[in-house]
Amino acid sequence: MADVEQVLRETVRKLLQEQKVCRVIGYARGSSALRSTPVFIEDEKDADSLVFDITCGNNLTQYLKKCGKAGDGRVGIVAKGCDGRAVVQYIAEGQVKREGILIIGIPCEGVLDHRKACDKTQGREVSEYRIEGEKVVLKGKDFEVSLDKFDVLSDSCRRCRYPSPPVHDVFITEPKEAASQEPECKEFDEFEKLDASERWAFFENEFSKCIRCYACRNACPMCYCEECFVDQSNPQWFGKSTDLSDTMIFHIVRVLHTAGRCVDCGACERACPLGINLGLLNKKVEKEIQERFGYTSGLDPDETPAMAAFDEEDKQEFIL
Amino acid sequence: MIEAKVENTIGRHKDWQPKILAFLCNWCSYAGADLAGVSRIQYPPNIRVVRIPCSGRVNPIFILKCLQNGFDGVLVSGCHPGDCHYISGNYVARRKFAVLKTLLEFMGLEPGRVQFSWVSAGEGEKFAQVVTKVTEDVKKLGPARKLVRNLEPTETKY
Repeated sequence: MADVEQVLRETVRKLLQEQKVCRVIGYARGSSALRSTPVFIEDEKDADSLVFDITCGNNLTQYLKKCGKAGDGRVGIVAKGCDGRAVVQYIAEGQVKREGILIIGIPCEGVLDHRKACDKTQGREVSEYRIEGEKVVLKGKDFEVSLDKFDVLSDSCRRCRYPSPPVHDVFITEPKEAASQEPECKEFDEFEKLDASERWAFFENEFSKCIRCYACRNACPMCYCEECFVDQSNPQWFGKSTDLSDTMIFHIVRVLHTAGRCVDCGACERACPLGINLGLLNKKVEKEIQERFGYTSGLDPDETPAMAAFDEEDKQEFIL
Repeated sequence: MIEAKVENTIGRHKDWQPKILAFLCNWCSYAGADLAGVSRIQYPPNIRVVRIPCSGRVNPIFILKCLQNGFDGVLVSGCHPGDCHYISGNYVARRKFAVLKTLLEFMGLEPGRVQFSWVSAGEGEKFAQVVTKVTEDVKKLGPARKLVRNLEPTETKY
């Protein structure tokens, strides 16, 4: 990715020099080898701190609403496929103005799931890593492991259909074509074949781990409500405890609130400190909305989101 | 001791009747229920009615909260498509319900627990049929065990 990084730094430096943007949101090296951190660059001298590699897992879109002030000028954002889709969704939902944003598209090869990497290294600290073709080599004190890249990718990246943002103003190197159809997802298909009680048991087990830290919500670019329903105290919808029924309803409603808006970036799943499988529910709802309403989130800034629209001819086979 | 408890549970089970919450839209289904009443059409007494302005008013949270707090089933009923007092409330509701129902069934909740219907003000007969069907479905499923708050594994709920 070294050349991509070089081009990225060069591009950002130029954009800032020419004052086409007042600020760029991107990634910088984080506190450890496998971590990156969001960075806000206003001075062209700082452009060299930008990085882009498989550790860049945060969805930066959520900072768009927080870092732009009126009259500031355009804000540039380094966007992978999913970040780009989230930006498009922001525009469709009227959260940001198209002309206020400069989308710097970047080709994405998928991002790392730390939990998977951690499993493979038995929790030992990785101080260095490098990519060798389809392999990822993790190096630390007294060890070096070579892993298949696919094995350490996030689940959402394994089933990613749009590696490049559908809308962009500049692109670092060449955009990748979107897959012509949904990539197959074995885990999902196999899960769907289980019977109802097994599925319920699976989710009960997953959500019983939840400690209600709301990291999933905070990492999600689509959870931008000023006050989230779980924080409301008048009326208080749900108990704040980790009672299983409260926790499950939190997760159900979280998915419903992002229905037809979720871009399957997997930020929620990567943010979860307990490794709860959140992507399965997101994926199911995304699929259902595609099949039922023919809508895919984050592709067209001018299309009304599925849950804000209706069609008189919508299927209603489930209604008595 | 244990035997007594088991017997007791079975004994209680026989008398078990489902509790079903029905959200009825003010303009159609509520009037349909009223018509069923004044026409003296018989239907099971298992529903508790909450009158709502429109089926579009029903937030999926309401439905989940019903299940959490001890209802065995939930019915939401509104005007037929095209008849909504607010023009498009039921169309929007239809999308919401479709997604909610798919999601709950994907997670493994029994399909009969949460049901939707269109009943107009003139369909007293249909209202009775819907309530009968929903009650029978929920009876077959037995007491709700999923999403219920403070559910103890051995306890039989009413």
